[in-house]
Parts: sequence; C-alpha cells; structure tokens
Amino acid sequence: MTELAKKRPEFRNINAFKDLTTYRMTPAAWVSILHRASGLIMFLRLPFIIWMFDTSVSSEISFAKFSAAFNIGIGFVPGWFIKLVALALIWAYLHHFTAGLRHLWMDVSHSAVNKQFGKSSALTVLVISIGLALVLGAKLFGLY
Amino acid sequence: MSVNYGSKRVVVGAHYGLRDWLSQRVTAVLMALFTLALLAQVIFSKGPIGYDKWAGIFSAQWMKVLTFSVIVAIAWHAWVGLREVLMDYIKPVGLRLALQVFSIVWLVSCAGWGIQVLWRL
Repeated sequence: MTELAKKRPEFRNINAFKDLTTYRMTPAAWVSILHRASGLIMFLRLPFIIWMFDTSVSSEISFAKFSAAFNIGIGFVPGWFIKLVALALIWAYLHHFTAGLRHLWMDVSHSAVNKQFGKSSALTVLVISIGLALVLGAKLFGLY
Repeated sequence: MSVNYGSKRVVVGAHYGLRDWLSQRVTAVLMALFTLALLAQVIFSKGPIGYDKWAGIFSAQWMKVLTFSVIVAIAWHAWVGLREVLMDYIKPVGLRLALQVFSIVWLVSCAGWGIQVLWRL
C-alpha cells in the first residue's frame, strides 16, 4: 500500500444544494449515477418484485388478484399507483441492463475505452432505456 | 487511506481484489441471458398470455433450475453493488456495518421467498 506513506488531502466541503446543482454532468456521468440509482430502486422494491412473481404464478386465483391490483387497485392503493411503481421498475431494469452491457463491452474491448466512445455509448444507453421505458409505459397505461 | 491491517483494520472496508469485480460480471451475464430466455418464451408463445402460459414457462424443470440460479445471482450482484454504494456515501463505521447487515438480511430473505414460490410450482 503506497498510499500509507503520504496522507492524501480530503475535500469534504461539497454542499448538496449549492454545489451539486452547479455541476455540468456529461452523458457518461448521468449514466453512472443513474446506474446506481436504478440499482438502489430495484434493491428497495425487491419485495414488490417477488410479490408480483408470487401472485402471478402461484394459482389462477392469485393471478386474478395480480391483474386486479393493476387494473383496479389493491387495499387502499389505487391501480394507477401500482402501474407507476411498475413503470419505475421497468425503467430501472432497462437502464441497469443497457448501462451494464456498456460496462461489459468496455471490459472486453480496448478500442471502446476512449473519450468519444464513452460519450456516444452513454447517449445510446440513455436513448434506448428512456425510449423503451416510454413505449412500454404507454402500453402499461393503455395508451395504445 | 486508513490502516487496513492488524487491530486497526476496518471490517467494513474494501476487499481489494478480482473476486467482487468478476462475480459482478458473471452474475450480470447470467441475469442478462435469463432475461433473453424469458423474453423469447413470452414473445414466441401463441395467443394472449393468461395464467396457464405464464406459470407454464416457470414450471419447466430447466427453467426452474435457471431461475433458481438467477435468484442467487441477483442477491450476490445486489450485495456487491450495494456494498460499493454504502462504502462511497456512508462514512461512520457503525452505521455502515448496520446498513450492510440489513442489506444481507434483506437480500437473503427476498431470495428465500422467491425460491419458495419457485419450488412449489
């Protein structure tokens, strides 16, 4: 550990409201922070994901309950809210998936590790994930 | 950089190695392949998907075994990823340990529930 020899300076004076909002984030920076955010969303919604798996595969009756939760609602939670939560998960999955493929591609290809590809691939990830989420979200809310 | 050996070693510190990095890639590829396998079965099934077709997809033995592996992969992948995030944003050691323990309990519990649902199909 060469770091032990010299104490590195630490900067802890970043204000979340005054400083973070002035950052001009590049597309790669957006993909990176959204990769973390989408991962965290899926982690926290894991019980909901397994509840969906449980009710949709267990029996005919539970499958009907699953469909009703989306169309009518369940308990005091309205259907549109369940759909909204599901749409957030759809986006999170799409983003995490496409951004993950970008990571894997950069792992196996040396020619992909440069500034230009970093930018263009990040834009591609954002366009694909947000675009597909909008298309699937419109389908989920019955717009077509 | 804190001292990371002897009595001053940070138990919630970094792992420094290939294992986490590689397991993150391997579990990711497995989950991606599962996504494609599931998607293909949904897209190429004929007619609207009701309960029978949806449950039928998961009741095939090869799909059960694959889904089981994917549930384990999700828990492992989420643990490595969440650990990174906690190490970056949560600095007090006690709080970080508490959140790490919570994450493990959360993931193992969810995995157990998922496997239970899968294995009674």
